[in-house]
Amino acid sequence: MTQPLLDARALTKRYPVGGGKRGAMLHAVDAVDLTIAPGECVGLVGESGCGKSTLVRLLARLIDPTSGNIFLDGADTTAVSQARFVTMPDRARIQVVFQDPSESLNPSFRVFDSIADPLKRLLGVRDRDKLAAQVHRAAELVGLPRELIERYPHQLSGGQRARVGIARAIVVEPSLLILDEPTSALDVSVQAIILRLLADLQARLGMSYLFVSHDLNVVRLLCSRIVVMYLGRVVEVAPTEELFTAPRHPYTRALIASIPDPARRGEARPRLDGSPRSPIDPDPNTCRFYGRCPTGTDRCATAMPELLRFGEGHFAACHFA
Amino acid sequence: MTAQLTIEDFSLVFRTRHGTVRALEDVSLSVERGEIVGVVGESGSGKSVLAYAVMGLQDAAARVQGGRILFGGLDMLGAGEQALADVRGRELAMIFQSPRTALNPIRKVGAQIEDILREHANLPSRELRKHAIAALARVRIPDPERRYNAYPFELSGGMCQRVMIAMALACSPFLLIADEPTTGLDVTTQAVIMDLIRDMSRDQRMSTLLITHDLGLAGEYCDRIAVMHAGHMVEIAPVEELLSRPAHPYTRQLLAATPTPRSTVEGLVSIPGQLPDLRRDLPPCRFSARCERHVALCDEAPLPWTSLSATHLVRCRVPL
Repeated sequence: MTQPLLDARALTKRYPVGGGKRGAMLHAVDAVDLTIAPGECVGLVGESGCGKSTLVRLLARLIDPTSGNIFLDGADTTAVSQARFVTMPDRARIQVVFQDPSESLNPSFRVFDSIADPLKRLLGVRDRDKLAAQVHRAAELVGLPRELIERYPHQLSGGQRARVGIARAIVVEPSLLILDEPTSALDVSVQAIILRLLADLQARLGMSYLFVSHDLNVVRLLCSRIVVMYLGRVVEVAPTEELFTAPRHPYTRALIASIPDPARRGEARPRLDGSPRSPIDPDPNTCRFYGRCPTGTDRCATAMPELLRFGEGHFAACHFA
Repeated sequence: MTAQLTIEDFSLVFRTRHGTVRALEDVSLSVERGEIVGVVGESGSGKSVLAYAVMGLQDAAARVQGGRILFGGLDMLGAGEQALADVRGRELAMIFQSPRTALNPIRKVGAQIEDILREHANLPSRELRKHAIAALARVRIPDPERRYNAYPFELSGGMCQRVMIAMALACSPFLLIADEPTTGLDVTTQAVIMDLIRDMSRDQRMSTLLITHDLGLAGEYCDRIAVMHAGHMVEIAPVEELLSRPAHPYTRQLLAATPTPRSTVEGLVSIPGQLPDLRRDLPPCRFSARCERHVALCDEAPLPWTSLSATHLVRCRVPL
């Protein structure tokens, strides 16, 4: 097997909570292992509060993990702190496209400056002609018309802003592009354009993608492998088609059954009621899904299930998978 | 016909500093008893404006240009404020898009449900609490006695949405208007909430107008779907028919742009162009500039409805 581009091992992030109460910890991300191969597109799904966004920030090195390591091409990036990592050349290799392009672009920057900014900051490009050439190339790659380059974000449509967000992420030629709900703020007709653009860019530039979305129909379109998170832990990893046709974890099954599908109108499908357990100091010996899980036995309350292999690239963390 | 709601040739404009926005033009739609009708369209299509107009809630800048909205026997546009206040909350209820902003943040949810019951249900005050708890239990909120005393911030988004639904359903309304009731909720919660709305419609013969941008969601839960584009209603049909044999070019493209479990990224179609500026002079068909089937006839006013069957109507000169 070739060396993975990104290899996260036992990645953990905890936040102290409760002010006066000493020692209470919110387990946002708990011992997550994740690998992404060069050129691979991995999907990350799970409900709000499951730790997707925290994991994204950890992998992008925007925050420091409580414990665990992230290897980029075999080199441990977590050996240096997040504050030092910002100044290192590897910083440019992982880029993020944020959720809402209207809020993640600087409103007082013209499109040109928004795209040029990462070039100046991360790669230290100072030469104006070189800067212009690279900005224009990135704009062209994302299909942004030249006349829009001098505009401000408020003069652009939602789809155009999304293109700017993608252009400024790919302009530094990253190896890994993290897409955090890149189309959730867009109408379906615009979403279709952006999804096709992302598929096209990946084919042309050979980047790896980590695609975070709550819409499984969207994740399915672009990703070859999907990671399902629940309450800070990875509960299932599987090749895309296998995840949809033969899900092993009860949470994944409920998630897939919840996708609205006119073709399955009126069919009784498993529903997931209630809310997740508290992420504050969870019992390390109880499955996080216990209490909400339709199976749920005594064993689930006394032993945390490990992520076990069930086939080529298929892993699930459930005693009854 | 015993339509619970009838909207006929309804037109509404907004007068703004930047010109008159023709937000709705000649919109017609009816909802029968016990029926779930979806209004589907992209942002800016006018679907929320329509929902608010049915409730009799209009922005100060809004001007009704023509048409009628009949709720049961009541003319919603001609009725006085008192008559509207009487039906709202009791016979006509609405679920708003974001439950966190629609609920009063400094009152307990139980007290907020009691407010509605006190106003509309004609119950002795000692019974209010019992009925409020029953309303919470009906939307399957676990442990309703305890949740009765919760403030909105203590509840998750899904729970807040259920409280909103409990409030809307507290007086067993005849018509429920659900404006994007599951936006911002997880798919698992969305499924539970939508099941709940569907069951209430079936069990109590409640009519529902579901406003959504999600064709997949409308396709699973609605009996009929009305598609809106730029303030026009362009097609109305029973769900299966609309999904399998769309007649309006816009409906077909909207369907092709919506990812389903069977889509491929190459198969996704984007809709060329943008919504027209509703302040300008507009052609009879507001989709004509984006339409590949456009012919000279399309520019002749007025644009008629074409009946493909008794229940399938399309507003297009050259339907598919």
